[in-house]
Amino acid sequence: MIFTPSHFTAALLFSVFASIVFGITQRSTSRDQLLYGLYCFAMFVGGVFAAGWVMWILRR
Amino acid sequence: MANSSTAKNEPVAAAKDAAPPLTTMAVLAPAIGWFIPGAGHLIQKRWGRGLLLMASVVTMFVLGLLMQGHVYQPNGGDILDILGFVGDVGAGALYIVVQVMNWGQGAISHATADYGTKYLIVAGLLNFISAADAYHIAIGKKP
Repeated sequence: MIFTPSHFTAALLFSVFASIVFGITQRSTSRDQLLYGLYCFAMFVGGVFAAGWVMWILRR
Repeated sequence: MANSSTAKNEPVAAAKDAAPPLTTMAVLAPAIGWFIPGAGHLIQKRWGRGLLLMASVVTMFVLGLLMQGHVYQPNGGDILDILGFVGDVGAGALYIVVQVMNWGQGAISHATADYGTKYLIVAGLLNFISAADAYHIAIGKKP
């Protein structure tokens, strides 16, 4: 069995799992963990889009 | 005056420098947490956190394998290969199983296989963070 996601799907999955671990390990209360996890996820996905636009600009 | 102030601060400084108590849990939690992702939290009855960490690290590692990611062998060569091994070995028992089964050594046949290699390494690194968190809970630094 082989899993062949698109680059975007792979980046999204990576963001989900890394954000869960960051949220749980870097904050103490449940609420802070949730908020920090969401913040990390937003930063990851935002970084993906930002990097995508930078590459688009460089390619032109 | 200055001496009495210094003397007053000494116990505080000593308390800050004091090492955390070396309890059985402080040794077991990070060790078990490294070997079985999330188990360091589970043995301390942090069920939700433990299960989420376990699910995240294991899923990431398995997806890395399914993407035909490369599993690094113990080596003393190129620095990037050494760092790759350090990352992979963070997954504990998962890495041992993969080594025993000789998985992760196939020829890369598609573009996203490189993502798989990164998934495997990052799963191990996240598990190191998870084990450190289990230690902090064990010594009472974190609730």
